Amino acid sequence: MREEYRLKPSDFNTERRPTWCRGCGNYAIHDALKKVFVQLELYPHQIIMVYGTGCSGSGVNFLRTYGFHCMHGRAIPIAAGAGLAAHKMTVIAVSGDGDIMGAGGNQFIHACRRNINITCILVDNHVYGLAGGQVSPTGGNDYKAGSATRVISVQPINPVSLAIASGATFIARGFSGDPLQLREILKKAVRHRGFSLIDVLAPCIIYSSVDIYGYYRRKIYRLEDVKSYDRSKKAEAFEKSLENDRLPTGIFYKVDEPVYEDTLKQIDRKPLIDHIISDIDINKLLNRYY
Amino acid sequence: MKVTNITWRIGGEAGCGIPAAGNIFSRTFSKKGYSVIDHIEYPLLVKGGHSTYISRLNSGEIFSLNRDINILAALDQRTIEMHQDEVIFSGYVIYDGEKYRLKDKVNIRKDINYISVPFQRITAEQGLLNIMISNIALGASLALIDYNVDNAVDTVKDVLSGRERETIEMNSRALEFGYKYIREKLKIKAYELEIVKPDAKLLVTGNDAVFLAGVRSGCKFYAECPAPQSYPIHDSFAAVEDDFNIVARNSEDEIEALNMAIGASFAGVRTMVTTSGAGFSLMGEGLGCAAITETPVVIVLLQRPAPAAGLPTWTEQGDMLFSLYASNGEFPRVVIAPGDPEECFYLTGRAFSIAEKYQIPVIIILDKYLSESHFTFAKFDMKKIKADRESIYLSDRDITGDYFRYNDTGNGISPRPVAGLKKGMHIANSEEHDRYGFSEEDAHNRKRMADKRFRKVGGLLEEIQPPVRYGPVNADMTIWGWGSSKGPVLEAIRILNSQEKKVNFIHFTYLYPFDREIVEKYINESSKNVIVENNKTAQLSKLIALYTGYRIGNKILKYSGRQFLPEEIVESIEKIE
Ligand SMILES: Cc1ncc(C[n+]2csc(CCOP(=O)(O)OP(=O)(O)O)c2C)c(N)n1
Repeated sequence: MREEYRLKPSDFNTERRPTWCRGCGNYAIHDALKKVFVQLELYPHQIIMVYGTGCSGSGVNFLRTYGFHCMHGRAIPIAAGAGLAAHKMTVIAVSGDGDIMGAGGNQFIHACRRNINITCILVDNHVYGLAGGQVSPTGGNDYKAGSATRVISVQPINPVSLAIASGATFIARGFSGDPLQLREILKKAVRHRGFSLIDVLAPCIIYSSVDIYGYYRRKIYRLEDVKSYDRSKKAEAFEKSLENDRLPTGIFYKVDEPVYEDTLKQIDRKPLIDHIISDIDINKLLNRYY
Repeated sequence: MKVTNITWRIGGEAGCGIPAAGNIFSRTFSKKGYSVIDHIEYPLLVKGGHSTYISRLNSGEIFSLNRDINILAALDQRTIEMHQDEVIFSGYVIYDGEKYRLKDKVNIRKDINYISVPFQRITAEQGLLNIMISNIALGASLALIDYNVDNAVDTVKDVLSGRERETIEMNSRALEFGYKYIREKLKIKAYELEIVKPDAKLLVTGNDAVFLAGVRSGCKFYAECPAPQSYPIHDSFAAVEDDFNIVARNSEDEIEALNMAIGASFAGVRTMVTTSGAGFSLMGEGLGCAAITETPVVIVLLQRPAPAAGLPTWTEQGDMLFSLYASNGEFPRVVIAPGDPEECFYLTGRAFSIAEKYQIPVIIILDKYLSESHFTFAKFDMKKIKADRESIYLSDRDITGDYFRYNDTGNGISPRPVAGLKKGMHIANSEEHDRYGFSEEDAHNRKRMADKRFRKVGGLLEEIQPPVRYGPVNADMTIWGWGSSKGPVLEAIRILNSQEKKVNFIHFTYLYPFDREIVEKYINESSKNVIVENNKTAQLSKLIALYTGYRIGNKILKYSGRQFLPEEIVESIEKIE
């Protein structure tokens, strides 16, 4: 339904101003969300944002939509539950890499494999920012981060590869230093039916000891610029996701596959939240127990 | 011999069709108006091990199983070894004398009858499957009770409806063969059961009752991580998903199950999760999240002997204090422990209403015994479960100006809308928050919010049912208990009072909030107190001491993984001076 009023990004502002550190990648994501909502003509009350615990979680205070700020690692199941109950709404989970790849790892892979119709924005700063800058599961051995006093030698998790392997149907990587591309990806991710992941490289300048933006700018290239790249091929996407010398950003993989919510006849008729439940007749059901 | 009660036990290896045979036995009698209580015991094995089903029927009212067995249907020798001591004087053991010679194997009791029915030969001759041995034994048992086998054949058709015709036919034939073998070949009639008015009774387990109340209450999202005790609830919900517009979810773990329920509930539907104690441990974090965000959710905790994996297919009341204190921090919750399936039905209905009205987590604690035992009831009264949520939720019309999700109201309840309304937009915040929901560390605000949440306890105390006293008001002795030990204790006080001992019983269903006033009144009115609990550390007595300062000295505790039998309670009571 079209509404008369013309939406603008500031409609998504709350009375509180963001408190992230200067230069924090969360600003770019916050900004992209507001602009994409306007472009997609999504009104604040049509959106449910779910935030995990971490720096990104304080976003709940700054973005005017329906919102839920949940426990560390649980943004995906909260979002999935809300999305099932109110499946006409747009549901987006935003959370950190410590959150989703660490505590929430199990829920993440199962949301991918079930192709739940939500968008997941992984604010990937390679550290447990709010907890004090400890190295997170995506923190690699190629740069020093936070509490790591020496270059660590464990393998980082690659969220893009993991999502491909787990069965997600829209998988992208963005960079907070490239807001234009981020917005384009976000728009497509929100529109996509099924589980969409955007792994946003969003460096934490407080806990990174190198010129992190410069580091990324030198490494990154856009997948859109690779004309031959076919993002509907899973094996190709997987191989692409493993590239490490230079880092591709953009959409790695996008296919249309059956969406979890679409397989549920019981929500097809109308959203679960719209049912009147005051006098449900269970007498027929009871007869089976006589 | 004319009798008003028959207690029957069938036992053998898992995989011999024992659950189905037990179910058919119980249902055959409940359909014809008898009171029935049954219980299944099984190892955590798909095949093998030792599995038994005990069913007690009675022409009057019963509250629990009893110790004395009239007929033991032994599908293997081990069943005789393990259970023949339970057989009542002059009772019966049915076994396959062609498979093993009793004399060589077990200590034969002189005061009971051993009757050989060649299960294996009949199975082979009649082209039946091994799994149908239990039906032959069932047929033979019915002949001993001189009960019309056609009633059982009807039940087979009911229970197996939807299965292949041949399966139903073979199962019925097995039944009839066992029956005829006793009746026509051996010509034995052991018991004659008193006739009752043939009004079919409802035969439900605690799990069934929780499920039925969930549907009636308008639960729209249900989740569990597969576990032996909760799976029947999941199965029941899954079977009616389309008819009642419910999503039943098989979650990868209990963390997901509860968090999805919280998400769905935030959006505005009624939700329920079920779990055992280990899964409830994983839910601890989510419980606190529901509490501080003031999101309603109903959590059903099916206790089993623990810690950790413990005895996963047995029973215990070991998680009560855990459910009262699980999760970090202080917050109001309601903990309810129904005593039988009827209470499971009505109290699950109450759980949904309370959770939604007060926007709190409500925990219902059952145990394996209550979840899986069938009990008979005349009927359930639908009027007692009313989902009045329409009067609780805000609509766009109700909201003018700013909407405060966590408005500091007189009763602590801050009305909310379902998600999607234009005017009621809000955030739910697991961090301490102000009245809008924004994160807030201010000291004054913190105190105010904690006070607001706890103010709900006042309203809750007026709504919850205080502990109920059964038996005479003036008694020489008062038994205290909670949850599923209700039945065995009621039977025990019936026996004791018939022996001219005056004993009454105070049974708790609501454990939190704790109604201190009424409990103190009960304490003042009783002379000698005894606690009866199915655990090691007498958790209810600790709870009573915590709130009243009164310590109950006499304790009857059982923590073998088995439910109490009334006779055990009677004997223990008699020893108390
Ligand atoms: C169960 C639990 N364990 C630990 C914490 C402590 N903690 C607070 S924020 C945070 C991690 C944040 O890291 P990340 O998810 O990467 O987000 P960031 O702050 O870097 O944006 C942790 C572990 C917590 N809140 N809850």
